[in-house]
Amino acid sequence: MTEAHVIELHRVAKHFGKVEAVRDVSLSAGAGECVALVGHNGAGKTTLMKLMLGLLHPSRGDVRVLGHDPCAGAFAVRRRIGFLPETIAFNPALTATEMLRFYATLKREPRSVVAPLLARVGLAAAADRRIGTYSKGMRQRLGLAQALLGEPALLFLDEPTTGLDPALRGQFYGLIRDLAGAGATVLISTHALGELEGVADRVVILDRGEVLADGSLGELRRLAHLPIRVRVKVAGPHAAAPAWLRDAGQAVNGHHFDLTCTPDTKMALLRRAVESGSAVDDIEVAEPTLDDLYAHFLSRGDAR
Amino acid sequence: MINLVAIADKELREAVRNRWVVAATLLLGALALSLTLLGSTPTGTTGANALDVVVVSLSSLTILLLPLIALLISHDTLVGEVERGTMLLLLGYPVARWQVVLGKFIGHMIVLAIATLVGFGAAGVAILVTARDVAAESWAAFAAMIGSSLLLGGTFLAIGTCVSALARSRGAAAAVAIGLWLVFVVVYDLALLGLLVADQGAHIGAGAIEAVLLFNPTDAYRLLNLTGFANVSLFSGMAGLAGTVSLGVPTLVAALVAWTVVPLAAATAAFARKEI
Repeated sequence: MTEAHVIELHRVAKHFGKVEAVRDVSLSAGAGECVALVGHNGAGKTTLMKLMLGLLHPSRGDVRVLGHDPCAGAFAVRRRIGFLPETIAFNPALTATEMLRFYATLKREPRSVVAPLLARVGLAAAADRRIGTYSKGMRQRLGLAQALLGEPALLFLDEPTTGLDPALRGQFYGLIRDLAGAGATVLISTHALGELEGVADRVVILDRGEVLADGSLGELRRLAHLPIRVRVKVAGPHAAAPAWLRDAGQAVNGHHFDLTCTPDTKMALLRRAVESGSAVDDIEVAEPTLDDLYAHFLSRGDAR
Repeated sequence: MINLVAIADKELREAVRNRWVVAATLLLGALALSLTLLGSTPTGTTGANALDVVVVSLSSLTILLLPLIALLISHDTLVGEVERGTMLLLLGYPVARWQVVLGKFIGHMIVLAIATLVGFGAAGVAILVTARDVAAESWAAFAAMIGSSLLLGGTFLAIGTCVSALARSRGAAAAVAIGLWLVFVVVYDLALLGLLVADQGAHIGAGAIEAVLLFNPTDAYRLLNLTGFANVSLFSGMAGLAGTVSLGVPTLVAALVAWTVVPLAAATAAFARKEI
């Protein structure tokens, strides 16, 4: 691939009348990267995707996708993009095979790709049933199948896992990892940050049309500087615990002390607990979860 | 081109699945057959021109029905897909918006063509079986009626598509479509008639009336069928008018084509600017 960045947004803004859906967003993604857009409903995730698909014109700023302006609608560029909208809708009167053949034709893919693709998303048995008879999960899988038509170089997935059961969700993320591994850029929007561990290379947290944070999960953790919670269980009553524990920790329910530390001081704390010998029964370490991280950045956004 | 064919084909498939094709064909067929078989009763067997009677009565009913069917099929076509969310997905594909508009129009046109050709064709077959020695000119008038019915259907498909491109919601599109049907089919002629009666021929000349008639596709269709052929105009009671109206067949056909092209172009322009 010759493009430096598959997606490049420079100071993009979009308003609908007086409502500013996206303000001053700059964003980029390279080949093979899986970027997650995280934010509440109405944070601007879908608007950003529509801007990148060329369905909306930016009010300000510059959008480039696969090296082109998506609003120009270059045929060759569109062919390399797959899109799964947030609420996937198909004509209920047609069968899955008919529907995918139609979309395959638009992408100039041969009809022979349809059957294997339906099998890949687990719809082979229902391929010739009307979409009107499908469950939500099946429609979502059909949605994914159409997004995968023609081995796209760039995939836009707008809240792809809503309505999927956990098993399917795992399968889904497995598929996304495979695609990204094969060099496709995946842009995924979600409000369930917790699902993204091990999937997203980078996370962009959006709030009210603005980027609050942009980085890998590790970077965001460091940025957020959220405390790590350590819970130490002592053998005897609180009063019999080592002095350092009584100083640094907070006593809770009988035999426990709660402590907090930073990533830098975590090991020192743990070593000290271990050195306390038989006085300490158990140690629990709770790293901040992705949801904690998300909540942290959002509250920081609110404080501004 | 491939995109146009694909979209038209999908539209046709959906119309078949949703029973639109069957319903429209049965409706037009039942109408044509009943007019053919019952409608010839008043003229008796002495009237050799059974087909002329059919052309007059069938074209009069087509004016009411075909625009309604065309508007029903087309008013929902763009705004409905936008509302259901299927348009978002479709426009994510390598398709130009004009291809969506035109492809859908072509698909709907095929639906109407099937309904008209099969439905009216059934009447033709019935005539062929029951009536004796029908004049060649009557067959020409019948064929011209089928052809002009397709043109009329096309104009209202285009108008419906235009409504669908401009409307903000399906409900609004349906209301506007029904309103337009009323205006073109009923109100326009009544208003014109009232105006002419009030005017008593003082200000409005024949030229002005002709111009006004061209601004309504149903009137262009009516003139085309009822005055286009001498034998037909005699039955229709339009012979007098046929003598005074100087609008030729090419002008009337051009009016119908313009009534298709202009709304379709407007629909394309409006849809191109729509934010989905």
